[in-house]
Amino acid sequence: MSAAAEILVPGRAGEGEALVLTAPISFWGGVNPKTGRIADVRHPQHGEVIAGKVLFLPGTIGSSSASAVLMELVHNGRAPAALVLHEPDAILLLGLIVAREMSWETPIAVRLDRGAFDAYRGGAVSVGADGAVAVAV
Amino acid sequence: MAMRIVAESARLLGAPRLIPIASAHIDGALYHGDSGTLFAEKLVEGGAKVAVRSTLNVGALDLMGCSRIRLEEPQRGMARRMMEAYRKLGCEQSWTCAPYQAGHRPALGSDVAWGESNAVVFCNSVLGARTNRYGDFLDIACAIVGRAPDYGLHRPENRRGRLIFDVSCLSPSFLASEIAWPVLGSLYGREVGNAIGVVTGVAGHPGEDALKAFGAAAASSGAVGLFHIAGVTPEAPDVATILAGPEPEAVIRVTPQMVAKARAGLSTAAAAKTIDAVAIGSPHLSAIEFDSLERLIAGRRLAVPIYACTGRHALASLDKDGRRKRLEASGVVIVADTCVVVTPIMPDIGNGVLMTNSGKFAHYAPGNTGYAVLYASLADCVESAVLGRPVFTDIAA
Repeated sequence: MSAAAEILVPGRAGEGEALVLTAPISFWGGVNPKTGRIADVRHPQHGEVIAGKVLFLPGTIGSSSASAVLMELVHNGRAPAALVLHEPDAILLLGLIVAREMSWETPIAVRLDRGAFDAYRGGAVSVGADGAVAVAV
Repeated sequence: MAMRIVAESARLLGAPRLIPIASAHIDGALYHGDSGTLFAEKLVEGGAKVAVRSTLNVGALDLMGCSRIRLEEPQRGMARRMMEAYRKLGCEQSWTCAPYQAGHRPALGSDVAWGESNAVVFCNSVLGARTNRYGDFLDIACAIVGRAPDYGLHRPENRRGRLIFDVSCLSPSFLASEIAWPVLGSLYGREVGNAIGVVTGVAGHPGEDALKAFGAAAASSGAVGLFHIAGVTPEAPDVATILAGPEPEAVIRVTPQMVAKARAGLSTAAAAKTIDAVAIGSPHLSAIEFDSLERLIAGRRLAVPIYACTGRHALASLDKDGRRKRLEASGVVIVADTCVVVTPIMPDIGNGVLMTNSGKFAHYAPGNTGYAVLYASLADCVESAVLGRPVFTDIAA
C-alpha cells in the first residue's frame, strides 16, 4: 500500500506505527503537550500516545492553541513521526511552520483523503520526504 | 520572521493576497511549555512591535493576585517571561478570553485577526467583524505585520449559511432557560463541524452572555468560526438573506431527545454523590453574570468553593463597591487574568468532581484538570456548592 500525498509542510521523513484517529481532535485540551498522550476523555483514542507515531487526522476541532501544543511536542521530542491530514489545517500546522522558524527539526505533514486512512491502520508506516505514504516492510 | 509566518500560512491556505487588519486578539501568551516563550522572546529580540490594536487572551498566571496558581519553578518563571514578552511587543494587558466585553469590539464588516476559539466565534457572529480562526503565533504575526491572508471568513461569499439548525420544536421554557445556550452550542458544534449554520426558531434576542456561551460551547465541540441566528445576529436579519443558495444544503431539526443527549454528554460523572468544587466563567464572567452569582448565593456560606473566572475589566467594578469581599467571604475564589482549565489552580486531589454551567469548561476540564464534570445551570451550581452535593432542577427541552 503506497500513495503519493501532497506535502503540506516539508520536514523530516518519518516512520512509525500508524495511529489512525477515528474522530476529530482538539490538540489543546486533547493532547498532553509534555507527553503526547491523548487526554480528551471523550475521544475514542483516549489514552493513546501520538509521540513517534505516524498520526492520521480525519479533522481538527476546538482550540486555537493547537499550534502551541504541537510546537511544544516538537520542542520536547514528543511529536508524531509524521502527520497525515485529510485537509490542510491552518491552526495545527502553524505549530510546524513556527518551529521551523525557530530552527527546530519538524516532522513532515502531508495531505491524504481520509477514505484512504483505513489501509494503514495497525501497520508500520513510512512517510518519505517526497510525501510518499507507504506501509513499511 | 512574522512576515514569513504570515506568508507561509497564506501559501498553505491558498490565499492570493494579504489584506490590512484593524485589530488582533492574541492567544499565544498562555504557557504550555518553553517553546512558546522562546518564540515570543525571539520576536522581542528582533525589535518587533504590533502594528494594530492587540488585546491579550488569558495567561497562565493571575497577575492581579486574586487566586493562588500552583505552577512551580521553573515553569512559573517561564510563564512570567512569556507574558512579559507579549507586553514588550506592545499588546494590551487585557488578559481575557472575553475581550469583546472588555472594550474591544471591532466594527461590523471590518477585517481583524483574532485567536481564542470563543472570541473568534463571538467576533464573527455577534459583532459581524471578519476573522478566521487564527491559531497561536499567526495571530501575533498578523498583528506585527498588520496584515492577514485573504481567505475564508474574510471573504463575504464564505460567510453565508449552508445549513439550518432549527430549534422551533423545543419548548419556550427550555429556550428561555440559562442551560439552553451552552447545551445547544455543544450540540451545534458536533452537528455542523466547520460548516456555517443558521439557527432558526429563536423568538427574540437571548442576550449577549447567552450568545457568548453558545459560541464557546460550539467552538469546543466543533470547528465553528461563525454562526448566524435568524433575526438576532447582525448578518442574518432573516434566513433568506444569509443563506448561500435558495435552499439549505441540510436542515437539522433539533428534537428534545437530541438536547437531552447533548446535555448528558456534557457530564462525565453522572453518579457522583458529592462535589469538590464549582467552576464558572468560561468565557470570563461579565459584570452582569457576577450580579446573578451574587443574587443566587444570597449571602450564604458555600460548602465547596466556586471558582469564578474573569478578566481585570470586570474586577474593577467588583472592587468598587465591596462586592468582591462579600463574594470571597461566602467562599467564592475569584480568578483573574486566567482560568482553572488553563493553569493549575484547583487542588490536585485525583477523582475530584467539578460542577460547571459552562459548556466549554465541561468539555476541557476532564482532560486538563483530572476532575470529572457535572453540567448544571448556574442556579443548580450555586445550590450544589452550598450543600456540597449535586442538586439538579429538571428543565425539560
